[in-house]
Amino acid sequence: MSVEAPAKKVSVKDFRADLHNDWCPGCGDFGILASMQTAFAQLQINPDRLAVFSGIGCSGKTPHYINAYGFHTLHGRVLPVATGGRLANSGVTVVALGGDGDGYGIGAGYFVNSGRRNVDFTYLVHTNQVYGLTKGQASPTLQRGRKTKSMPERAIQDGINPIAMAVAAGYTFIARAYALDVKYTASIIAKAIQHKGSALVDVLQTCPTYNDLYTKEWYEGADLPEKRSRLYKLEDKGYDGVVKDPSDPQELIAKKAGAVARSYEVDPIPLGIYYQANLQTYEEAVSERIPALATTPLAELDVFHRDVSPLLEAMR
Amino acid sequence: MRKNQLNWMIGGPQGSGINASAEVFARSCSRAGLRVYATFDYHSNIMGKHSFYRVRVADEDLRSFRDPVDVLVALDEETLTGDGHHRRWATHFGHLHEVSPGGGVVFDTEAGFDPATSDRKDIKFFPIPLMELIKTALTEIGKGGQFRAYEIMKNTVALGASLALCDYPFASLESVIADQFKAKRFDEIRGLNVRAARLAFDYVRDHFNIKDFPYQLGPGPDAKARILAKGFEIIGIAKLKAGCAFQTYYPISPATDESVFLEKQQRAQNLLVVQCEDEISSINMAVGAAHTGVRASTATSGPGFALMVEGIGFASITEAPGPVVTLYQRGGPSTGMPTRQEQGDLLLTLHPAQGDFPHLVTAPGDLRESYQDTFSAFNWAVYTTIDKLELKYDKIERGKLYHPGDFTDPQFKGPHDGFTAQNGHQTTQYGGAEKEYLRYALTPDGISPRSRPGQDGGRFWTTSDEHEPSGHITEGVDMRIEMMRKRMGKLDLALKLIPEDQQLGLWGPADADLTVVSWGSPKGTILDAIKVLEAEGKKVNFLQCRLMRPFPARRVGEILRKAKKVVLVEENYSGQLGQVIATETGFMIQERVLKFDGRPFSEDEMVKALSNVLAGGKAEAVVTVVR
Repeated sequence: MSVEAPAKKVSVKDFRADLHNDWCPGCGDFGILASMQTAFAQLQINPDRLAVFSGIGCSGKTPHYINAYGFHTLHGRVLPVATGGRLANSGVTVVALGGDGDGYGIGAGYFVNSGRRNVDFTYLVHTNQVYGLTKGQASPTLQRGRKTKSMPERAIQDGINPIAMAVAAGYTFIARAYALDVKYTASIIAKAIQHKGSALVDVLQTCPTYNDLYTKEWYEGADLPEKRSRLYKLEDKGYDGVVKDPSDPQELIAKKAGAVARSYEVDPIPLGIYYQANLQTYEEAVSERIPALATTPLAELDVFHRDVSPLLEAMR
Repeated sequence: MRKNQLNWMIGGPQGSGINASAEVFARSCSRAGLRVYATFDYHSNIMGKHSFYRVRVADEDLRSFRDPVDVLVALDEETLTGDGHHRRWATHFGHLHEVSPGGGVVFDTEAGFDPATSDRKDIKFFPIPLMELIKTALTEIGKGGQFRAYEIMKNTVALGASLALCDYPFASLESVIADQFKAKRFDEIRGLNVRAARLAFDYVRDHFNIKDFPYQLGPGPDAKARILAKGFEIIGIAKLKAGCAFQTYYPISPATDESVFLEKQQRAQNLLVVQCEDEISSINMAVGAAHTGVRASTATSGPGFALMVEGIGFASITEAPGPVVTLYQRGGPSTGMPTRQEQGDLLLTLHPAQGDFPHLVTAPGDLRESYQDTFSAFNWAVYTTIDKLELKYDKIERGKLYHPGDFTDPQFKGPHDGFTAQNGHQTTQYGGAEKEYLRYALTPDGISPRSRPGQDGGRFWTTSDEHEPSGHITEGVDMRIEMMRKRMGKLDLALKLIPEDQQLGLWGPADADLTVVSWGSPKGTILDAIKVLEAEGKKVNFLQCRLMRPFPARRVGEILRKAKKVVLVEENYSGQLGQVIATETGFMIQERVLKFDGRPFSEDEMVKALSNVLAGGKAEAVVTVVR
């Protein structure tokens, strides 16, 4: 997404809203919020041209803490609302976010179909394996057989693989980050926003209140004899998920297959860009139908002086 | 002899093109200065099931169809005698029994029907060798051997034959058939269709004595070609005129036609149409677009609307300017009867989602009102930021074709209700950089100044939670009360804003012996029935409820309390409007004429039902399947 620079330089604090934050102390959401604000400042986005859309849950409150246009929508429906906003005004940078239950459970249909469209937005999923605001039930990413302290029984459904699902759905930028590494997460979010097309960033997030399995210490590997991190960066192992020639179907398939293969690595878990391809966006496809949209956002087109007389004449 | 008063019907298996030939006939009559009212009756099926199309023609305006068929065109045997012999429970008994005494039946000699077996000795049968005539036309251009590939032309051939009976000028038909295949690539097929229709026309004149056929059809007194339209076309055009820039949809019968119609206008009219993954996506995408500064809408039918309800509550609490939802009703419950007629969704639309929230619901009764209400809906929504306006239409979707009136009337020229068509951002009313802008500011009339994403200094937050003027979440007692009152108060504003003639209609004499109360598409049938009763010296008037939310309770209550006798007419099982009137006004309507067989009222049924009520008989549900 190309970003229009603000009139005066903006910093991280320009993206902070003056509102008391009611997340639990130590919540991974703080890391994601800080990463977003850092990325917005890095990219010098004009807050008047930025809209942040969220679903429902702890993460859903994020837009209230950001100084930009903020839409706190419905559980699972954030992507349709964000898509409507983006298509109405392509001059606005659109960032959507929500929890893993929101995106991969109740919103799974919209997650998949948004990938098919490739509308130019960034979607951050706060993956913490639990439904926090309803007090810790298993979310769709919790693996079979696991049980957090808030669950009465072990999970008897498989956890889904959001990276592989995003590849299959057609997202053109697919990455994973870790909420407590703000600097790295901010850099991934910035790349996702700069990407032209639908970008998924699955952010591994800790829930210190309800998830006692995937904690900060667990990600750091504090329980392992060698005390090594359970995370690694794809680029550190020489992996490059960026498609060089999007017109080459063989390269597209190879890069997708590579991303899916990496997505099944569980220890250590890969962070970074799994897959990226510059393919036609929905907006570009639409501009071929409605040429005026190539230069003017829909919300600014004159649609109030239409001549419908040929349509009426055809009915005589 | 009856001149220019014809009830014509064509029936056949779905996929045989009967709708094309019926519409050619209807348009031909319209261009000849006649008035037309046509209805299409079809199954949820692509090929093979019985469907039929009625075309009623007269010199004067028509608003309904009649039961008797003066000329019946049958492409198959089932059209004549029904499906009782191959189904355990017959769905219909054919149309032979509906033919008027003295009327004519044009049928295919290949249909396997022997008129000698019919007990209808009072009607005339005209067997036509449809395939033979097609073969003759093909042979003339050297393609006689391929006639089976041209079977679809049977409907045009049968049409030609049926019009010869009525002494209709062939030239009036020819030009419309030719128009159907305007493109150059259709040169051959155009010529073939015209030729085959002509052969059938001549065949009837050569083989039958038609001089005494009692139903004659010729050009009307006023040879002006009127607009002949279907509901979805008129609603689509109203959306275009109202400045709708964004339409979402998920395919569903019978609402899809509107979105496909609009999809075809995208290039010429700068309108974006998005086909969504489901109706939940459709409504929410439209809400997102409305908040972001375009006039947005969606169109659906009952099952899709049932999915949209969550988004309607969301639009309302966030005070989105729209979207406009067009609901094309069909037979429920659940999947119900997808292509059939019913008015069973009224109560669902009046309180579709959890909690108390304002929204507007209007139910236009004909094409003209559909245009007005659709157009106005966008203005009302943008002005009041009442989340959504729902327009309910029944039966006027695919299957009905008639004259909406003349679109050069001043009221169709542009805004007719005091609002200019504009996006409605009140760009000067928020503070910009100097002053804090509050999207949900508490104001005397409940309308807060509105900005949209992308505007300088107009940043706001919005949430589906209860919120403060800033748009941030609150659970505070005082603010909750203030915000509820702010939102719900907009309903009172809407009642003042919406012109009374768009709230309800009162037709006929003030001192009537019977007042008919109804809503939506039975309007035309009721008005036609009242005319028939008037000729018999009976005084009946009609209260049409049009604005359903907010409901004009005071006015409706006044009218009903003054009425001598009241009867409720609805196409549903439970008398849903009657329930609304009872709740809103305390007036209980005792007499009810309800129909829930998935078919619209005919003029004859309406006359019979109202006569019965006038005579002191108990109103009962009307059953159309007779034998």
